[in-house]
Amino acid sequence: MPLKEVAKFSVSQLQVLDEHGQLDEKLDPRLSAADAVRLYEAMALGREVDQRLVRLQRQGRMGTCPTCTGHEAAVCAPALAMTERDWFVGYYREIGARLMRGDSLAQSLRYWHGYEEGNLQPQPGRTLPVTAIVGAQVLHAVGIAYAMKYRRETDSAVVTFFGDGATSQGDVHEAMNFAAVWQVPVVFICVNNQWAISQPREQQTRSETIAQKAIAYGFEGLQVDGNDPLGMYLATDRALRRAREGGGPTLIEALTYRLLMHTTADDPRRYRSDAEVERWWKRDPVPRMRRYLEGRALWGEAQQQALQERMRQQLDAAVAEAELREDWRPDLLFDHVFGAPDPELEAQRQTFLAALPAATAVDAHGA
Amino acid sequence: MAPKLTMVEAINLALRQEMERDDQVVLLGEDIGVNEGVFRVTAGLHKTFGAERVIDTPLAESGIVGTAIGMALAGLRPVAEIQFAGFVFLGFGQLEGHAARYRSRTLGQWTVPLVLRMPYGAGVRAHEHHSESREATLAGVPGLKVVIPSGPRSARALLAAAIRDPDPVIFMEPTQLYRAFREEVPEEPELGVIGRAHVERTGSDLTLVSWGAMMLPSRRAADALARDQGVQVELIDVQSVAPLDAATILESVSRTGRCVIVQEAARSFSLASEIVARINDQVLLQLEAPVQRVTGYDVVTPFFQRERLYMPNEARIIAAVGQALAD
Ligand SMILES: Cc1ncc(C[n+]2csc(CCOP(=O)(O)OP(=O)(O)O)c2C)c(N)n1
Ligand SMILES: [Mg+2]
Repeated sequence: MPLKEVAKFSVSQLQVLDEHGQLDEKLDPRLSAADAVRLYEAMALGREVDQRLVRLQRQGRMGTCPTCTGHEAAVCAPALAMTERDWFVGYYREIGARLMRGDSLAQSLRYWHGYEEGNLQPQPGRTLPVTAIVGAQVLHAVGIAYAMKYRRETDSAVVTFFGDGATSQGDVHEAMNFAAVWQVPVVFICVNNQWAISQPREQQTRSETIAQKAIAYGFEGLQVDGNDPLGMYLATDRALRRAREGGGPTLIEALTYRLLMHTTADDPRRYRSDAEVERWWKRDPVPRMRRYLEGRALWGEAQQQALQERMRQQLDAAVAEAELREDWRPDLLFDHVFGAPDPELEAQRQTFLAALPAATAVDAHGA
Repeated sequence: MAPKLTMVEAINLALRQEMERDDQVVLLGEDIGVNEGVFRVTAGLHKTFGAERVIDTPLAESGIVGTAIGMALAGLRPVAEIQFAGFVFLGFGQLEGHAARYRSRTLGQWTVPLVLRMPYGAGVRAHEHHSESREATLAGVPGLKVVIPSGPRSARALLAAAIRDPDPVIFMEPTQLYRAFREEVPEEPELGVIGRAHVERTGSDLTLVSWGAMMLPSRRAADALARDQGVQVELIDVQSVAPLDAATILESVSRTGRCVIVQEAARSFSLASEIVARINDQVLLQLEAPVQRVTGYDVVTPFFQRERLYMPNEARIIAAVGQALAD
């Protein structure tokens, strides 16, 4: 008997603003002037923070930290599409977006400099902290989405970010499967920067796109030019609307590139060519967004100068604040193991405190 | 004179020599091939042995442990790497449910001779999840062997032994020791003995027991005690967490009558607790004083700004020894 075709699929790529600044009028999400400027400024700040973090790390004033350069459109545009009622469940490479969500820059610097205190954000609201265990947060996002559905919060959906490497983890497969089976309001954004430390995307998956994985779970997957802020905005906005209306999950593959090292401890020249990196610098999302603003006469050299100056001041202030440590209390590590004090832990705290003078002499706690 | 190697180089030497000796030995893990490991432990091996024997895997710990089990069942000798021990728990189901019990549940018909290497421990200013000491959690699974070297020479010898061992061996590498000091490591293969502790220094006043990176402050404390107080401690490097060489420890304690145990891991439900229990089982009446434990605390391993405060140091060890001698 002839084989019968029982299913047929295709995967599309969305691009609204191409690398030459060419805008597809039909797809233009028509951002308000304020939103457009806000998005650009967030992307520019993300970039600036990165530069500073790397510099501080090289000076020994910062712990090992990841870089986000190249990811600004992929993470900031979704943050613009989200409301305060939506949940942000990210990993470790979204600094610009986290600042848009209200995270304090000084606290973020503290976090990367090895202080638990840095995880205290002024208004965490619905933004979960950084996670380092690759892929784990994607399951948490689905659990949160279940809670939103259960509580009939139809104004709330969840956006979760993870890398191309993370798609190899069982947790990520399980998350997508649960989300589909439960039909919960979650938007999966795979930031496909084409490398997981030294491993190219083809070493993680041989499927042609990451977007197509969604089809196997039973929901829509879309590839988006991840360096196109308008494309990322449009895709996230649509997926969020669908999710809030009860339409279930969506997978967005943001096709982008990590332009710098994986973390400050990494040397990318060991595993990828300068020529490849050069090619991707030509697709840099930050100047692309700036050209778009200029095209709408929302931006010019004067604004750029002023922004540069504002960012410098903001960073200087944040660095100074992060380095101030009047709230330093060595035994903080005993405070939050459980919700209520435990006698054994309190006894250990006393041992710890008694041992402190000697210990602090060995290693001054500042850095 | 044998060349002086760092622990990273010594582990690399063991891997290279075992791969040369036995073509069934294969390595697998994240970023271990082209990138030669995030700590460069596998330097040169991908070049020498090729991608078929030095396998860059997808990013999945359960996948790494599970496929290594399959390889071992089929007669290969997989040496898998978990990039940081904090991530081994994603593969823990495979370890506990399969690697540890294949031999027992098939009455010896099927065995899983794999090695799972992993950097662990605090002290190198790493990000969260990169500094835990969970040797007791792993050793608590019957059927798993757990080995921890304390320097280049023991690392090389114990890893070679682990690769030749017929059972699953967790090989935990204290990151703090990777480049802490150099030591002569003979070129010709040297085999450690899994299940045997090493008496590193003999003494009659007190038995000091430690392992891994905590051997550093323990050695310094032993030197200082001898120099400043004339106290001669017997220093035992546990090396083999499971099976534990209790006999060596108990023999020593029965002579000295006093014991201090130093560990980086949290205090409760730990190897130090286990050693105290063994002492109580067999040599309690030879004790002159309660056994002292110098340990980490029962808290989530702190971020790096507090890691030095969390870890036992020379001063705490000397104080505990003083206490044990005064009791
Ligand atoms: C479970 C787990 N395994 C390994 C690591 C070590 N590690 C940190 S980031 C990373 C690569 C992640 O790649 P990808 O998911 O593509 O995200 P990217 O860093 O490229 O944004 C690895 C292997 C980890 N943090 N967690
Ligand atoms: Mg990636």
